[in-house]
Amino acid sequence: MSAVTTLEPAAPPPPAFRRRSKLERTLSNAAFWRGLVGLLAFLLIWQAGGFLHTSLGLEVPFFSKLPAPTAVAGAASEVVVQSGYWMSWVESVKRVMAGFLIAQLIGIPFGLALAVNRYFRDIFFPPFEILRPIPPLAWVPAALIFWPTNEMSIIFVTFLGAFFTIVINVLGGARTIDVRYLRAAQSMGANQWHLFSRIILPGTLPSIFTGAAVGMGITWNVVLAAEMVSGGGSQSGGGLGFFIWSSYMGGSMEHIIVGMISIGIAGYLSSALIRVIGERVMPWRRAF
Amino acid sequence: MVTTVPPSAIDVTDTATGKSRVELKNVSRGFGDEWDREEVIKNLTFEIKPGDLTCIVGPSGCGKSTIVNLVAGYDTPESGEILLNGSPVRGPGKDRMVVFQETALMPWQTTYDNVVFGPLLRGEGTRAEIDKEARRLLDRVGLGDFKKKYPSQLSGGMQRRAELARALINKPLLLIMDEPFRGLDAMSRPLMQEFFLRLFEENRRTNLFVTSEIEEAIFLADRLIVLSNRPAQVRAIIEIPLPRPRQFHMMNSPEVFEIKKQALEILHEEAMKSFRGQAARGDQGRAQAHP
Repeated sequence: MSAVTTLEPAAPPPPAFRRRSKLERTLSNAAFWRGLVGLLAFLLIWQAGGFLHTSLGLEVPFFSKLPAPTAVAGAASEVVVQSGYWMSWVESVKRVMAGFLIAQLIGIPFGLALAVNRYFRDIFFPPFEILRPIPPLAWVPAALIFWPTNEMSIIFVTFLGAFFTIVINVLGGARTIDVRYLRAAQSMGANQWHLFSRIILPGTLPSIFTGAAVGMGITWNVVLAAEMVSGGGSQSGGGLGFFIWSSYMGGSMEHIIVGMISIGIAGYLSSALIRVIGERVMPWRRAF
Repeated sequence: MVTTVPPSAIDVTDTATGKSRVELKNVSRGFGDEWDREEVIKNLTFEIKPGDLTCIVGPSGCGKSTIVNLVAGYDTPESGEILLNGSPVRGPGKDRMVVFQETALMPWQTTYDNVVFGPLLRGEGTRAEIDKEARRLLDRVGLGDFKKKYPSQLSGGMQRRAELARALINKPLLLIMDEPFRGLDAMSRPLMQEFFLRLFEENRRTNLFVTSEIEEAIFLADRLIVLSNRPAQVRAIIEIPLPRPRQFHMMNSPEVFEIKKQALEILHEEAMKSFRGQAARGDQGRAQAHP
């Protein structure tokens, strides 16, 4: 014998939600405040380390040679009003963008061709795999000799930094597309071009953006190093890498750190840009 | 052991589409070279009658998916032939639609775009006609309000229904379902089975349904084809005498119990063979069946 008691579900309360602005949501997010605490703690320890040295005369390893955040902020406030500093930004961004975009333009079709055509892969993959492990900076001397201007050499080396990563990501992404998508499309009457444009291309997009994000990071690494190596003479015209190098030559630690932080910000902004574009281009990845 | 029960009187209202006959004649397919060869299907012969729902059941790893690939045209038999309404199957085509395991909706397209994909690609009819048909089918499968959602935003059951709509809009002569309800939870699975039955019973489109669940097979099918262990051969053909429309309570009848017992005996016997075969070959690392 069993007794079953059924209960009618209670009527749900009327929704009391109001769509909150992005700022409101950020401010009420505990993770945001934890991040802020981490950042402030970092600055505080840095400042305290410098204080021990300057005010108490203690020899603190590393901190003794490090200017305090306040000193860096002071230098930064002088620097940001100078056009030279912003020219360094413009120069570096131009080089990063040139190298990065050329790498995308060549790398994406090349990677897709490797993925879809066996003969193409058989021929071009072995030389690609031999060139790939060579660090981009190892190309700098050869590039300086080969290309007529320093500018072209820097862009070339920047291009190499992103190119290999992009190709490997595109190739991997296109090769791991679920065969069932291709089969389903074939059953529905897709020809080779449809399979490529409707399945392989959208199916590879996530990998294209992964490659872009990683490639962008490498591009900033490479451009900075290349600017330092090739020097910022009248011909190649500065850049953030040269800004740091000339600050080093001028013996200004504050300016070195301003340059370093500038690069951090530049790298962050370019990754954020790629993320925003990625979310636009791949709305299904945003879906929950 | 072949149990033959006279088929139930089926009211087949003959419409132009969906009443097609599929024949497999001495179909063989193996993989590997002559030194390391695995026969997956050997001289497989059976028939799918027009308007029937035929279930293929067999021990796991027996070659059910290979049969699906061959009938769908993704793979070609090494010998023998597969006929659809008398003409041999060559390559994939819109006359045979597959509903895949775990669903294969394109993740980058909305539910609606997935459904209209085939007709738009082939340029069949005007945009308005395709749109009308897609909306009708999406409403029919209960996804009228989910047209703009991406597959990842749908539940497992909804994804299966969306995939059914995507297949049906192409008006296939044969619907091939490869363990379509695998991976659904215990609540959604019977719901999907019942939903699918009603859909099938509406117009009785010839259906090849692959499953490893014997109860599911009995509940859905007109005929059960029980396969042997690899290489797959027909061990038994069992007619399911249950009337349509099918209801869950029919599963409690003594007939069903008897069918289930017989089928399970065969399957168990075959599974044991497969198990022994694997154990014997284990040290060569060639165990093929799924765990």
